[in-house]
Amino acid sequence: MINVQDNIPTTDPVAIPEKRAVIDQILEENRNLPGSVMVILNELQAKIGFVSPAMQGYVAKKMRVPLQQVHGVVSFYSFFTTEARGKHTVKFCMGTACYVGGADQLIEKSKQVLGVAPGHTTADGMATVEICRCVGACSQAPVVVVDEEMHGRVRPNKLQQILRKAQS
Amino acid sequence: MKYYRTHVLVCVDPECLGKGAHDIEDALQDELVAQGLIDEVQVLETSRIGGCSHGPEMMVYPDGVHYVGMTVDDIPFLVEEHFLKGRIAKKFLLPRVEVKDEELSAPTSKEVRVVLRNCGKVDPENIEDYIAEDGYQALGKVLGSMTSDQVIEEVLASGLRGRGGAGFPAGKKWQFCRASKGTPKFVICNADEGDPGAFMNRRVLEGDPHAVIEGMIIAAYAIGSSRGYIYCRAEYPLAVRTLNIAIKQARALGLLGEDILGSGFSFDLEVRIGAGAFVCGEETALMGSIEGKRGEPRPRPPFPAVSGLWAKPSNVNNVETYANVPQIILNGAKWYASMGTEKSKGTKTFALAGDVNHTGLIEVPLGINMREVVYDIAQGIKDGKKLKAVQIGGPMGGCLPEEYLDRPIDYESLAAAGTIMGSGGLVVMDEDTCMVDIARFFMEFIQDESCGKCTPCRVGTRRMLEILQRICKGEGKNGDIETLEMLCKQIRATSLCGLGQGAPNPVESTLKHFRKEYEAHIFEKRCPAKVCKGLIRYDITDTCTGCTVCLRNCPVGAITGDRRKLHVIDTDTCIRCGICMQVCNFNAIEIN
Repeated sequence: MINVQDNIPTTDPVAIPEKRAVIDQILEENRNLPGSVMVILNELQAKIGFVSPAMQGYVAKKMRVPLQQVHGVVSFYSFFTTEARGKHTVKFCMGTACYVGGADQLIEKSKQVLGVAPGHTTADGMATVEICRCVGACSQAPVVVVDEEMHGRVRPNKLQQILRKAQS
Repeated sequence: MKYYRTHVLVCVDPECLGKGAHDIEDALQDELVAQGLIDEVQVLETSRIGGCSHGPEMMVYPDGVHYVGMTVDDIPFLVEEHFLKGRIAKKFLLPRVEVKDEELSAPTSKEVRVVLRNCGKVDPENIEDYIAEDGYQALGKVLGSMTSDQVIEEVLASGLRGRGGAGFPAGKKWQFCRASKGTPKFVICNADEGDPGAFMNRRVLEGDPHAVIEGMIIAAYAIGSSRGYIYCRAEYPLAVRTLNIAIKQARALGLLGEDILGSGFSFDLEVRIGAGAFVCGEETALMGSIEGKRGEPRPRPPFPAVSGLWAKPSNVNNVETYANVPQIILNGAKWYASMGTEKSKGTKTFALAGDVNHTGLIEVPLGINMREVVYDIAQGIKDGKKLKAVQIGGPMGGCLPEEYLDRPIDYESLAAAGTIMGSGGLVVMDEDTCMVDIARFFMEFIQDESCGKCTPCRVGTRRMLEILQRICKGEGKNGDIETLEMLCKQIRATSLCGLGQGAPNPVESTLKHFRKEYEAHIFEKRCPAKVCKGLIRYDITDTCTGCTVCLRNCPVGAITGDRRKLHVIDTDTCIRCGICMQVCNFNAIEIN
């Protein structure tokens, strides 16, 4: 995290003009809000998809706050990611009801189908597999969320069909 | 967030479930996919729309059309008519007579709806619907005819206690904040409902956002605040969207902003979104997060009422607490205090989950006993199995065994039993649940979500987790139970915030009520519920028909056998995932 500004990879959103414009716009719209760092990072995560070290440095510089404050926030909250993610996200809910309902069996099955363990992105960059905390649909347990679509009462034999949506 | 033009709310209360609501829902999903409408129409679940005697029912928003009595075979027709062609499918409307007295009655006689009164009844995205249900009348009453002190008096007299878990009297909190010096003051709504197994607040925010907003405006008037925040967790995009729409509409009607209803009182609020940190449900951590910092708790005192958000006096209440306020003002403190027990007044919403026949959201008067909830409202344990424990209060709550079923649910009784009200998660576990495994699961959650600021919680929960993991693997040793007990005491006494102080609850309560299971794991190397992977093995009995389903589904290829011949599981390769048992159609897999 030291000297991030000196060494920005060319593929970083900060170095890509269109993405840079999006970042600047987010900064402009929210800079005067009280507690803006959190709002800006949330927006960046939503619109760019991740908050790279260079982006953190850029935000800190523009907002005139110490880099450690920005990085501290990014590393604290589980929603922020520092790397590009797959085109789709597959989340396995690990709330109490889903856990009791057999979520770990679904994860096993997904490892078999997608070839990656939770926390990783498939080699083709199509899907990032994650474990998430309760999504609040416990009566539907176990729940699998593909992008923003929720699938409830998922059985291992039905999982493959659901995962297909994350494979193209 | 994805936008949908139409939402279909399918009722999934027990009556409708009995009439195939889930099949209807699945068929609806399939048909919407087939017609290419799945990106435009979202299917949601709700409970008790109102005409349950007519069988499966659904509500279509924003059209406000109520369909009843359809079967799975009718779904293609319904989708084509309504969603594709935009025509109301008349044959599934309620008979005319019924529409007249269509009153949202409590789903069962044991339930009372105060907070959930509008859910499934009003269009959450239309403020006029809320106003038609006496919405913002309480605000008018407060601004027109009550002083701030009178409002606080009324809330105090109602006996309303914080619904976020700790149960501090809401009126007292307001009083402290009002008495604090310093401006501006902030009114904050805690909508960071992070407990696994709990979704009451989500339902209120998505179903009746204006009740929360109205409650907040009234609180602001009582406290003397002009600025409010709703801190909503990022996992609830629909709630955030609904809230933002509601706030915009309230502003347009002059119910938020400058000079509300011509009273000279001004208040505005905005939604702030969390980023997936459970500890932010703790009020001081939540305020840190709104300030744009790491959500780490601060020592109290000073309490938020004195020095809260940006070191200004702040009042933090939970979604449900605020949603109660308009009803208290409208119907009077006496009415509210007539429900509940001596010290715990009013109603409480619970999210019922786990191994019961009916899961979902309920609202009951406090003081009801657990047996009524489990056997009357939730209609008993699935598949006729035996109840083992009820886990109440979220991850920092505790597990109560059957003996506690007849005790009332109120703040004091739960505390005496070693658990907490929490925000209202209620998970029922049947005899197939291993309590050591459950304790391990909760400790894993707590350990993961511990923010790391104070040592007892950061290090202590990790040590506890390690011990529990060892026990579950069959590597427990003599003295483990005593070490756990000691750690429980120390972590409870020395942690900074509610997360750490409550962290021992799941272990302590299971140790207290299910000590034998711990002992079986440690000394007999046996998991009585046959759950812990290190202590069980899967075998195939001779009822196996050799259908090869298990073989094909095994993720590690541990099963061998020829078609129509008895299959065998290689215990060394087997990872004990249990998939074979789930897919077997002949109950030929057993756990030993």
